[in-house]
Amino acid sequence: MSSRVTSERRRQLLLSLGPPVAAAVLAIVVSAIVLVITGSNPFRTFATMLEFGTRLETIIQALNRATPLFLSGVAAAIGFRMNLFNIGVEGQYILASFAAAAIGAEIILPGPLHVGLIMLISMVVGALAAGLAGFLKVTRGVNEVISTIMLNAIYTGGIIAAVFPLVIDRDNNAANAGTKLINESGWLPDLNGVVEIFTRDIKGSRSLTGVLVAAIIVGVGYHVVVNRSRFGFDLRASGMNPFAARAGGVPPKRMIMIAMLASGAIAGLIGMPEILSNNHSYDQGFVQGLGFGGIAVALLGRLNAGGMAVAALLFGFLDSSAAILQVRQLASSSITSIMQATVLFAAVVAYQIAERIRQREEIRAAGEAIAAESSEPAKAPGSASV
Amino acid sequence: MSNQRVSESTIEPPLSSRDGKPRSGAFARFAALPGWARWSLAATIGILLLAIVQDLSGTESLTTTLSSQTALKWSMPVLIAGIGGLFSERSGVVNIGLEGMMVFGTWFAAWGAIDGTLWGPLDGSPWTGLMWATIAGALGGLLHAIATVHFGVDQIVSGVAINLLGPGLSRYLSERIFVNYQGGSQTQSPRVGGLGDFTMPFLAGGRIGDWKSPDLLGSIENSDAFFFSDAAGLLRGTMFELRYFTVLGLILTAVAAWVLWRTRFGLRLRTSGEAPSAGESLGVNIYTYRYAGVVISGALAGMAGGFIVLELAQLYRGGQTQGRGFIALAALIFGNWRAAGVLGGALLFSYPLGLSFGLDDEKTTRALLLVIALAMVLLALSKLSQQKRTDAMIAAAIGAGSFIWFLLSDEAPSWLPNTMPFAVVLIVLVFASENLRSPRALGIPYRRGGT
Repeated sequence: MSSRVTSERRRQLLLSLGPPVAAAVLAIVVSAIVLVITGSNPFRTFATMLEFGTRLETIIQALNRATPLFLSGVAAAIGFRMNLFNIGVEGQYILASFAAAAIGAEIILPGPLHVGLIMLISMVVGALAAGLAGFLKVTRGVNEVISTIMLNAIYTGGIIAAVFPLVIDRDNNAANAGTKLINESGWLPDLNGVVEIFTRDIKGSRSLTGVLVAAIIVGVGYHVVVNRSRFGFDLRASGMNPFAARAGGVPPKRMIMIAMLASGAIAGLIGMPEILSNNHSYDQGFVQGLGFGGIAVALLGRLNAGGMAVAALLFGFLDSSAAILQVRQLASSSITSIMQATVLFAAVVAYQIAERIRQREEIRAAGEAIAAESSEPAKAPGSASV
Repeated sequence: MSNQRVSESTIEPPLSSRDGKPRSGAFARFAALPGWARWSLAATIGILLLAIVQDLSGTESLTTTLSSQTALKWSMPVLIAGIGGLFSERSGVVNIGLEGMMVFGTWFAAWGAIDGTLWGPLDGSPWTGLMWATIAGALGGLLHAIATVHFGVDQIVSGVAINLLGPGLSRYLSERIFVNYQGGSQTQSPRVGGLGDFTMPFLAGGRIGDWKSPDLLGSIENSDAFFFSDAAGLLRGTMFELRYFTVLGLILTAVAAWVLWRTRFGLRLRTSGEAPSAGESLGVNIYTYRYAGVVISGALAGMAGGFIVLELAQLYRGGQTQGRGFIALAALIFGNWRAAGVLGGALLFSYPLGLSFGLDDEKTTRALLLVIALAMVLLALSKLSQQKRTDAMIAAAIGAGSFIWFLLSDEAPSWLPNTMPFAVVLIVLVFASENLRSPRALGIPYRRGGT
């Protein structure tokens, strides 16, 4: 009997660990094939990525990249939990960052207050930007996928383009001019000091963004609210079965509004590493694409805080470690996009297969249990048909 | 056949107003007209509106040959990809990956036109590029189909993965292949040619051999007759220097509508998207039809990418789809999952965009504000006759806003032309969303033998 239990446990472990491992292996195999076809040496490519990627400076860079990706993942996940597809995280964070940079440069406050105010502005603007889509859905029934796509273009191509000339830094004659530089009181200190307690000194003027702390708080908060609170229960219930949730006293319209506002507020934080840690202004070359990257992170992490953290770190590692490939002319750094897509594909397929195996075994186990309880197994209902 | 019992009426419930009351007033009389009469009446009102605004605001570009020509041309990528989305979503599979499949199409269109071989006589011509774009898109669709239909993966996840893969793979391939071409670089291909165009003889002054036929519509357009010269200008734009590829896109739209609503294949495909269990019980292989829908969808998305490369940009450039795959998805939803609706969405989207390529585009876009204002007044009146006070008030408010904007400005700001298409689609949706209905089983993975 005990051997059966351990083998059962081993099976469960295999089913939960199998998919991510299989996905990683498949991603490596597929990118190796692409590398071979296009005339690169896959072994040297991967070895170089690993060697370069495990340097302290590269890890710092990977964390800097993972921080906004994770925040973006959480923003998307809040919508997905409620069965809302907020494809507009992209436009929301860009608009929010722009507003935060423009207003933040006009004020001077004591350090923590200044930083806090910039973050607050960004979250409020992000929430309003997403909330508009929620409002249109609730009051007019406009599909949120299409309204957020349209609003993306209206925010970035319309509002920012209209306001940008008013807030542009006239003293800066660079081609890539942006908003005025935020006063140093609004800069977030980096975490290099904390890291260097455990490691050697960080070289090459790399600095770990302080927004990482905010990302961790957001991650923990997301986990607690979604899994441990009444609101999270309502959110998940409305996402799974809106009719049942409504019958259970959960107002669907209010849930949609809250979910969109929360998603937008978190989206407002995505641009903070740029505004608070790197550039301290919004310019024409402001980082883009984090919204769509976050959707991938949310889905790869299966909407769990821990899973999304792993996914964001993986994407961050791939992005930062691939920079060396171009330098050493081993392969194009675009191979990482192929790896990211393959990981996402392979992971969801593998999870799906594991889920089906699990379901089949549960049905079989239930059938066996019924058969064992019954004195005449042949007559046990269900066992024959399963 | 047994599945003929799945009749049209069970799949498409007759449209009635939401509160169940029959529609009344002018709108009901309009809705009771036969289709051709409704379309031509709507077109007449639309042209009249543009003609009036043109007289009031002192611009001449709203109804020129150029305006409808560019609108038609620039609507094609959205239209063709949107028709692709129609096949996929009607079979029950959400296709967020249209964008990624379109990107596959752009790269392979350029590569195929330069270096591709497929069928001897056409090798080295843009047609080979078009075929490679279609094949590449179809392969992207196949990937999506394997993941979603066979493995039952969440359809959005798979689409997002394809959207990651499309730009990544094509950038990778450019860095490997286009770099070695004369005139190519890491992000760009050498120039490629278009598929060519023609001008309709007699109506738009096309040539027959060496003889230039009379330009009937052109002379009406230049006659400065109110309404008639406007209508002639818009009509002439659809037949003057018309791209063959545009004709192909329009034919595809008609064929798609016919296949999906008039053939057995279409009925079964739509059954897969509405009631897969019911379809399977009648002997329809849901997997086959979903595979077919998604692969066709990818092929058309790839072709749409080919249009961008061969007709609009005449070269491959990274990021040149500019989110048109998502806009195609929006046009599909906007068009209520119907072929004519997708065409309407694509045109509505491209008309303001097309105007912004004209000579005095700031003035023209300003005039569009007046068009919106007048259209909103009409809409408010029609909503009022239907006793929909809130709708009427929103329409009146938007109309008043754009009228005031029109009065206060001499020229529209330069960002408005780029933003207006999106705003127009959003405004239309604010009023039309309650009439939209997606295929019932859309987005739900189906497993053989019922759920």
